[in-house]
Amino acid sequence: MDDAKACLTIVAMAGVTYLTRSAPLLALAGRTLSPWAIRLLAHVPASVLAALVAPALLRPDGRFDVGLGNVVLWAGLAAFALAVRTRGFFGPVALGMGIVAAARYFLG
Amino acid sequence: MQHQPPHILGKGVFKAALSLTLPIAMGYVPVGMAYGVLAGKAGLSAVNVLLMSVLVYAGSAQLVAVGLFASGAALASIVATTFAVNLRHVLFAAAMSPLLRGWRKRELAAFAFELTDESFALHAARFGRGDRDKGLTLTINVLAQASWVGGTALGLLVGDVMGDGRAFALDFALPGMFLALLAGQLAGPSQVAAAVAGAGLSLGAAALGITGYGALAAGLAGAACGFGVEKWMMRKPV
Repeated sequence: MDDAKACLTIVAMAGVTYLTRSAPLLALAGRTLSPWAIRLLAHVPASVLAALVAPALLRPDGRFDVGLGNVVLWAGLAAFALAVRTRGFFGPVALGMGIVAAARYFLG
Repeated sequence: MQHQPPHILGKGVFKAALSLTLPIAMGYVPVGMAYGVLAGKAGLSAVNVLLMSVLVYAGSAQLVAVGLFASGAALASIVATTFAVNLRHVLFAAAMSPLLRGWRKRELAAFAFELTDESFALHAARFGRGDRDKGLTLTINVLAQASWVGGTALGLLVGDVMGDGRAFALDFALPGMFLALLAGQLAGPSQVAAAVAGAGLSLGAAALGITGYGALAAGLAGAACGFGVEKWMMRKPV
């Protein structure tokens, strides 16, 4: 993709991102969504995040792998456990990256 | 007034904002670096790499987009995926809306531009303890984004010496981020059901060779599953 087209893509990305952040604040100020829509929307983040991360952990090279050699999976489980415990953000990411980097350094 | 809280005085606002933003910046700088390195490798120009951190300012969406740019995905597919990944911000904004009552439209517009998972968490906690200073709120947002853009620039600078970044586990930054965000979402059985359904459907789609919009569709279907579980639980007599 050439630079101009990439730039256009980025501007469009910014547009849709801003829409998700501003629409409820600007359009819904004072009003409320229907409870039905709120409850459905409330389940989108967990589901979309899980749908995005699951293949990265379980199919790191495009095929299903739950073996010991799949360091991303084991680092991911450790990071997830820490995140559930601490509700932290940076700690779990750093722990996972540390495990993956160490495994690659020591195990090749 | 003689005894204003220190953060209402001009210079004090900046200092207070700095100390409140520090924990966010400690997460943003390294992940921003990972984004900068990977985006540079994906063939985006340095200007475009920085532009994305300035205009989009959404870490997970930016890292997903980098993967899509690298694989030569179409513009529409990158934009649609960005929208889906950032849909969660609708909820953060909706939750913030009553807390920002009385703000002017243009102040809300400025606040929305820098509303992220982390800034939402910080402001929700601050507002909860009665600290609702507008200047401080907006200064925190600007400083947090500055740390993200600064991290991006650092990533561009060190990109050449880091190779493909695998030795530094940069490829784990995105899944690690998603897992940390996911952990924060799992409040209650219906949320867990939504996550399990989303993950299972996404893996199924991947196994069938459906990529691109597969994870997206799986995510939306999973949300419907979680919603269904919640409705079913509410009907069940306890």
